[in-house]
Amino acid sequence: MSKPLRVVVAKPGLDGHDRGAKIIARAFRDAGMEVIYTGIFQTTEMIVRTVVEEDADVLGLSILSGAHLHFAEEICKALREQAAKEVLVVMGGILPPPDIPKVKESGVAEVFGPGTPTTTIIDFVRKWHAAQ
Amino acid sequence: MKTVSELLTAARAGHTAAIARLLSIVENDEPGATEVIRATYPQTGRALKVGFTGPPGAGKSTLVSSLTAAYRKTVPRVAVVAVDPSSPYTGGAILGDRIRMREQYLDKGVFIRSMSNRGQSGGLSRATRRVVSVLDAMGFDVILVETVGVGQQEIDVVRVVDTVCLLTIPGAGDDIQAIKAGIIEIADLLVVNKADRPGADEAVKDLMQMLNLGTPRNDWRTPVIKTSSNLGTGIEDLMGAVRKHREWANQSGEAQRRNADAMRTEIQALMRERVLRELERRMDPKQIEDVVSQVVSKRLDPYGAVDELLGPEAKG
Ligand code: B12
Ligand SMILES: Nc1nc2c(ncn2[C@@H]2O[C@H](COP(=O)(O)OP(=O)(O)OP(=O)(O)O)[C@@H](O)[C@H]2O)c(=O)[nH]1
Ligand SMILES: [Mg+2]
Repeated sequence: MSKPLRVVVAKPGLDGHDRGAKIIARAFRDAGMEVIYTGIFQTTEMIVRTVVEEDADVLGLSILSGAHLHFAEEICKALREQAAKEVLVVMGGILPPPDIPKVKESGVAEVFGPGTPTTTIIDFVRKWHAAQ
Repeated sequence: MKTVSELLTAARAGHTAAIARLLSIVENDEPGATEVIRATYPQTGRALKVGFTGPPGAGKSTLVSSLTAAYRKTVPRVAVVAVDPSSPYTGGAILGDRIRMREQYLDKGVFIRSMSNRGQSGGLSRATRRVVSVLDAMGFDVILVETVGVGQQEIDVVRVVDTVCLLTIPGAGDDIQAIKAGIIEIADLLVVNKADRPGADEAVKDLMQMLNLGTPRNDWRTPVIKTSSNLGTGIEDLMGAVRKHREWANQSGEAQRRNADAMRTEIQALMRERVLRELERRMDPKQIEDVVSQVVSKRLDPYGAVDELLGPEAKG
């Protein structure tokens, strides 16, 4: 039996919009993954510790507050320093299109905005895993 | 990727990522799992291990969080292992206990790990015992284990921890009925949680009465403790009761007895796993299919099929 992927879904910063994060957490679970949902108002340090302690394979960040540039850079950097392995970082929420290449440069693998079918997101994660 | 022995060295030095990797290796039975258990087993037995069980929403995670903070005032390192159920349809899981422990996220002396029960009944997953034992060997002073909140069957925890706390809440008459049905026997301490709510004293009285009805198995008298994570009350009492139970268990020989029971169960389970694996390896899938079609066409009955597959020595 192959082991289930472990995914942390986190909401960084002062951002109470949690509907999207909950939908995504549910979708990952329904795809057979083990999801650790951190809840809202998380700092970079809290999120990175969660990923490390839970030995997660994937980190999903949900940001609708406009603070995506800051958190993408800070979180990806801290993960590279502290995680024991390569962690896939994906992001969703409300991002102005010109910011997408910028968060990718920080280390976010892909951004999934409103209206993305959850199957697209799951497929992306599965493809990444298969290529590992 | 680091080798198991590199991970062990880093984990023993307190490196969080290395500890987390070791736990995954034993949880998933990845290559190297045997090496991890072999290397860590001799150092186990030092940690204080306390289990928390009880119906969904009784406040287990919140109480574990309060206790973590309180234990951290007395010891350098506390680990939490929290188990949640997996979906029977997809095998996936949402592990939500951690949300209740967010006050402890930034304390470097605290390590929290969420686990799915991976379809196992009994309140824990098959690997929970191994995960707790690795944490024990890594030098955590206190390990708190939260089971799945399913009702009456989460009794595997007895084989993992030294002291089992069973939570209930005021006004939960049905819960108390359920408790009566069996699980009360495995509880070393009864906790009436959310004691800030009305009816806590009545719940304590009901439980006391119930305890007095049964015939005790030994000379431990199960205490009933009122706690409230909201008010922060009863935490010291609970810690005191845990300490007393541990002292009693060590002096009376109950601790050794339980450990031997747990080890017997573990060895039997490992033996079954290995025999099954060996059996599957030796079986020819074609032969199985052949026998299946014979059974389907009524030329053979299911018992006869097993005789055929296992050979004459194994005749039942
Ligand atoms: C509902 C809503 C609220 C609700 C939130 C309820 C809740 N608990 O979630 C309430 C009323 C509380 C609210 C408050 C505020 N809101 Co508001 N809100 C919205 C609104 C209308 C919809 C958001 C929503 O729930 N969408 C439905 C979910 C399912 O979609 P989603 O989150 O985008 O998720 C999808 C994708 O993005 C993706 N996804 C999301 N997360 C993730 C994560 C991963 C890992 C992946 C892979 C994918 C993924 O998948 C999801 C499914 O397709 C949006 C406008 C909009 N059109 O988005 C504004 C909006 C987000 N809010 C906005 C603002 C400004 C606020 C307030 C600051 C308003 C104020 N001045 O008080 C407050 C802040 C509250 C706070 N503490 O954060 C702005 C944000 C502007 C910005 N980013 O620059 C928006 C964009 C409105 C606007 N056009 O100005 N809001
Ligand atoms: N009034 C009151 N509410 C509490 C107390 N402790 C926890 N709660 C609330 O009870 C609810 C459930 O708490 P949890 O700690 O998640 O309960 P749990 O037993 O871990 O739940 P599961 O893991 O889902 O079985 C939450 O809304 C808590 O805020 C308490 O002492 N008093
Ligand atoms: Mg819980």
